[in-house]
Amino acid sequence: MDNTVVSTGTEGKTWGGGNKPLKSSYGKMMMWFFIVSDALTFSGFLAAYGFSRFKFLDSWPIADEVFTHVPFFHGNYPMIYVAFMTFVLIMSSVTMVLAVDAGHEMKKAKVTFYMFLTIIGGLIFVGSQAWEWATFIKGDYGAIQTKGGNILQFVDTDGKRVALRDFAVIDEHKERVQDERKSGLWFTSEGTLPTYTVSEVLNGLEANENVLVRTQLINEEGEKTVLSRVESLRQIKDNGKIVVEGANLHVNEYGTPLFADFFFFITGFHGFHVFSGVVINIIIFFNVILGTYERRKNYEMVEKVGLYWHFVDLVWVFVFTFFYLV
Amino acid sequence: MADHAHKLEILRGLIKFKSNTQKIWGVLILLTIVTGVEVALGIYKPEALLAPFLGMKILNWIFIALTIVKAYYITWDFMHMRDETKSLRRMVVWTAVFLICYLIFILLLEGGYVFDVYKDGYIKRDF
Repeated sequence: MDNTVVSTGTEGKTWGGGNKPLKSSYGKMMMWFFIVSDALTFSGFLAAYGFSRFKFLDSWPIADEVFTHVPFFHGNYPMIYVAFMTFVLIMSSVTMVLAVDAGHEMKKAKVTFYMFLTIIGGLIFVGSQAWEWATFIKGDYGAIQTKGGNILQFVDTDGKRVALRDFAVIDEHKERVQDERKSGLWFTSEGTLPTYTVSEVLNGLEANENVLVRTQLINEEGEKTVLSRVESLRQIKDNGKIVVEGANLHVNEYGTPLFADFFFFITGFHGFHVFSGVVINIIIFFNVILGTYERRKNYEMVEKVGLYWHFVDLVWVFVFTFFYLV
Repeated sequence: MADHAHKLEILRGLIKFKSNTQKIWGVLILLTIVTGVEVALGIYKPEALLAPFLGMKILNWIFIALTIVKAYYITWDFMHMRDETKSLRRMVVWTAVFLICYLIFILLLEGGYVFDVYKDGYIKRDF
């Protein structure tokens, strides 16, 4: 009994453990497999978006007309802000890969610096996305939803969008107020009412000769169909049901509510990934500062988190294409 | 991981870099150019590219192709897929690509079918 360690006789053999058949560590390989499964989740969402879009191919909102805002600037700038967000995310991917590279060379100061920049990039991106959501929820021009759930927007004779606030005739004797628990029955209430009622919009439409209704349908030129003056008045009078301002999960002034649902879900899920990426990056950042990986004599943890961070960037590249470009 | 050797050429050896850091910046420039082209095409939408081709506008095919180019460089150079063994690479890439193509094929075909039913069938939903 001089030896308590039992020798299994498998040391140095194939099944004895400690092998790296793919020449990569266990942790890195598992990160890759997690990424594969997460990629399938995201492609499930994007494919579902594609399904709904193909289903309503002739009435889907045109992304260029939806995302046209840039913070601090007025006017119509499609794509510019999303392009900026894409660039920020790619840039933070670059600083991440530089951190990984510095980690291979065991340069602690450089890893710290690049990790810091990566975190900043991630925060800018999440902030931009929050702003994008806020703008989308708030809406811009407003629209009328019909009984059948279609969206009717307003344009002038040149085809330029007209906002409800620019032509609706405000009824001074409006009787309808928001039902709150304090004002009526204590157990009933309702959400915020739109700024205008359908009849105010109709009166405005009648008073302004040059305002026309634009439907959801896309014509052969790839533009939304604009109705004639007579037809415009008839549509609003006969079918106008509620005034829609902005977008939420039920209604959407830009077109079908499905578009808003997918926007919130897919960019939200991606934003959640970015957010958790930032949190993980911060943890690793402090570990780097504390010298954990210096003592461990390798920075593989930075590499694994880097894989996740690049994956988030990779997903955004696809979201960018399928939500904003195609 | 000092023994970690990087492959330092992209575009099948057309551009060779001296160090890994230099390669990272090179790939960034490439990705920025591709994104710039996408945004420019998205804003200006050249008339010639709006013609339909295989069920979609040519422009949309270009966008998808450019996206795959970007995805390739992010995976291969930022995620160091270029330096992994062939078997790990295939395990990850082929599995994902196969399943995603399959899923997209099924769902888009079904979506197109539902569209046709709404359009030519007896279902009336616009009023």
